[in-house]
Amino acid sequence: MRITCADLAALVTDYLEGAMPGRRARSFERHLARCVDCDMYLRQMRLTIEATGQLGAADLEAVPASVRAQLAEAFHAASNDDA
Amino acid sequence: MLEHYADDETLLRDLRKRDDDAFNWLVDRYHGSLVRLAQQYVPSRAIAEEVVQDTFLAIVKGLDGFEGRSSLKTWIYRILLNIARTRGVREQRTVPFASVTAADDGDAVEAEWFLSPDEDPNRHWRTSPQRWEGIPEERALAAEVRDVVNAAIDALPASQREVVVLRDVLGYTSVEVCNALEITETNQRVLLHRARTRLRAALDEYYTTAM
Repeated sequence: MRITCADLAALVTDYLEGAMPGRRARSFERHLARCVDCDMYLRQMRLTIEATGQLGAADLEAVPASVRAQLAEAFHAASNDDA
Repeated sequence: MLEHYADDETLLRDLRKRDDDAFNWLVDRYHGSLVRLAQQYVPSRAIAEEVVQDTFLAIVKGLDGFEGRSSLKTWIYRILLNIARTRGVREQRTVPFASVTAADDGDAVEAEWFLSPDEDPNRHWRTSPQRWEGIPEERALAAEVRDVVNAAIDALPASQREVVVLRDVLGYTSVEVCNALEITETNQRVLLHRARTRLRAALDEYYTTAM
């Protein structure tokens, strides 16, 4: 079957997730090969995923010492309960 | 120097022995991502940190009863989810439940980008996507771009936000997300698609108008 640009945009996540039957994936790739706009769109989706992934690393700050101390205390309290 | 735990079994064995290094490793490994997740459900970072502390306490209490039917990561996330949702309800924040609802209506976002079938049977782009100047060269994300993506994530419907934070921010696999949220693969993919489509649109607006 033929894939339109609107179809491609709707299917892009299925494609990137590998959730597309082989025949449909080939139609998808044939469309990409001859459509610069959709090729650009797919590239931007990949860049978006990459940019979103970079948020994770930055937001994961070191654990504050006070938090670590409190948690360690709770861990020991639990250990003593066992004993 | 803390040992690096490559697998759940070794980590669990040491945690059950009440080994401090193992517990420290667990805290280092999960604290930041759990705070990030908890912030979706409660109104402030301070409350999110309390939720995470409660989560660690529940983990310590539950260790001996954990049967390993799910991965440790999934189990920890479910504990967080329960505590955060309960707390979120108490704090009266709209709590996400990851299912596709009318409010998610994501297809409307894309519809206007393409010519109608009457105008063009191939439904080509109304306006071609423009190159994003600068982004491929940037290895580290500029603070401004980070703000754009963060704001776009915050603006997502709750169920989309929940999925995209787990998948794309924190790097969970689709199977892990489905298990943690107890949703189907298809449901997960639809929510992820809608979320990514909106995030891409936000970046597109930034790159094509702000520059």
